[in-house]
Amino acid sequence: MLVLIGILIIIAGFLLRFNPLLVIMASALATGLAAGLDIAAIIAAFGKAFNDTRYVSIVWIVLPVIGLLEAYGLQQHARSLIDRMKGATLGRLLTSYLLLRQAMAAVGLTSVAGHAQTVRPLVAPMAEAAAEAKNDALTDDQREEVKAFSAATDNVGLFFGEDIFLAIGSILLMKGLLEGYGYVIEPLHFSLWAIPTAIAAFIIHGFRLRRLEKRMAQKTPGQEASA
Amino acid sequence: MITLGFVYVLTGLTFALFAALGVADRSNPKRFGNAAFWALLALSMLGGDWLGDFGNGLLVLALVAIAGTGQIGRAPGGDVPAEEQAAHAARHGPFLLLVALIIPAVALAGTFLFKWVPGLADPKQATLISLALGVLIALGVGMARLKPPLLLPAQQGRRLLDAVGWAAILPQMLASLGAVFALAGVGEVVGDLIGTAIPHGSLFGAVLAYGLGMAFFTMVMGNAFAAFPVMLAAVGMPLLVMQYEGDPAVVAAIGMLAGFCGTLMTPMAANFNLVPAALLELKNPYGVIKAQIGTALPLLAVNIVFIWLFAF
Repeated sequence: MLVLIGILIIIAGFLLRFNPLLVIMASALATGLAAGLDIAAIIAAFGKAFNDTRYVSIVWIVLPVIGLLEAYGLQQHARSLIDRMKGATLGRLLTSYLLLRQAMAAVGLTSVAGHAQTVRPLVAPMAEAAAEAKNDALTDDQREEVKAFSAATDNVGLFFGEDIFLAIGSILLMKGLLEGYGYVIEPLHFSLWAIPTAIAAFIIHGFRLRRLEKRMAQKTPGQEASA
Repeated sequence: MITLGFVYVLTGLTFALFAALGVADRSNPKRFGNAAFWALLALSMLGGDWLGDFGNGLLVLALVAIAGTGQIGRAPGGDVPAEEQAAHAARHGPFLLLVALIIPAVALAGTFLFKWVPGLADPKQATLISLALGVLIALGVGMARLKPPLLLPAQQGRRLLDAVGWAAILPQMLASLGAVFALAGVGEVVGDLIGTAIPHGSLFGAVLAYGLGMAFFTMVMGNAFAAFPVMLAAVGMPLLVMQYEGDPAVVAAIGMLAGFCGTLMTPMAANFNLVPAALLELKNPYGVIKAQIGTALPLLAVNIVFIWLFAF
């Protein structure tokens, strides 16, 4: 029971808004000590895992390219494309991206798009421009919501597309675990059972994107428009 | 053959360059903290395999000390003026879009190429290696045509990374915390607790506990992969599959997706929820989570109903 102290530290730390890196370190040390490990062993275990998961941080190498393109006006160009496309509403734009992201993830192409590669330089500015096309007095809060939904759409598309792909990590994990219990199941079965949820995710999130479009088209009286 | 090691070297050199440019940026009052932070990350990428487990642990402690004492900050300004950007955009617009699409296009093509033609690159890491190659090609093409000052991409890239700040290593930190949790047996303890809390005799009650437990435990751990083995052992196998004879493929597959609904709602899944908020410069660090809750909750309900309908 004592090892659960780490979970309490995490929850309390996030709620009290301490620096998350400190909270994580404190949680790791407390959990390890509660389990009877000595400090050196905890630090070594943490260090090993940190080194083994470096691939998570590879994505930052795209930043120089994004920085170069943004300095030369990529975001402005992405916006002007939307201005020229008359039918490109906020809802349609993000719903198309949702479908594209789900479809790509379903065939295993999960790292092709993402927050650094596509959302910041392309999807978010395009979504903002599409919202502006319907509402010339978009407030800062509305702008913030459009950007947040651009990132959310990327996540929903990725999560509820990737499990349709046969060789994704989660399917291999399920297969391995169930074999441990004596059930040998083909990866294809897991893939097929991910499809109903993928469809439901598309319908639910697509519906919310339509409502977002309507909400963003409403001008809030009394609030100053941002320049 | 190209391996992930090549990508780590490239990433390490990029961080080292950010550190060097950071220390020279006198407009940033916290330039030494920033430079030390990115320099340590460069060391991790370049030499992590030679530091040993304890050495890597000390490196992490140093990163936490720098960030935790507030030594990291970004310099004000440094944006290329909007008019200048607009003027460039009018001239180079379609080209910029083309270069931006080089990265996903090369990642796509490389993923297939490296799997079909063995010997070029490690097929297990095909996408990450292709992503890195895409970056190099895009940078080369962009520099050749736009002819910017040599260091402009690195300077602008550093500014973007400074905006993300310490959140850049949050995903790696949380993954490492998960490893310590596993070592300490946190999962088994939580599993036992949930197992004893389920009302007996109700099939739907068991399905509900399994789905909600997956989502909740994923929120705590930040990762459905960490929650899944625990919930499967505590509820999925003993109750849903063995006692009520549910289809194990459905219980596993849709149970995992119930966990993904939890991922959408937790700051612990930093790379999906907190990092993009920083990258998009949102005022509310939880803005992305806020946008996702309205999708995650109904979808969680749908998943629970799907398990109940399809597994039995």
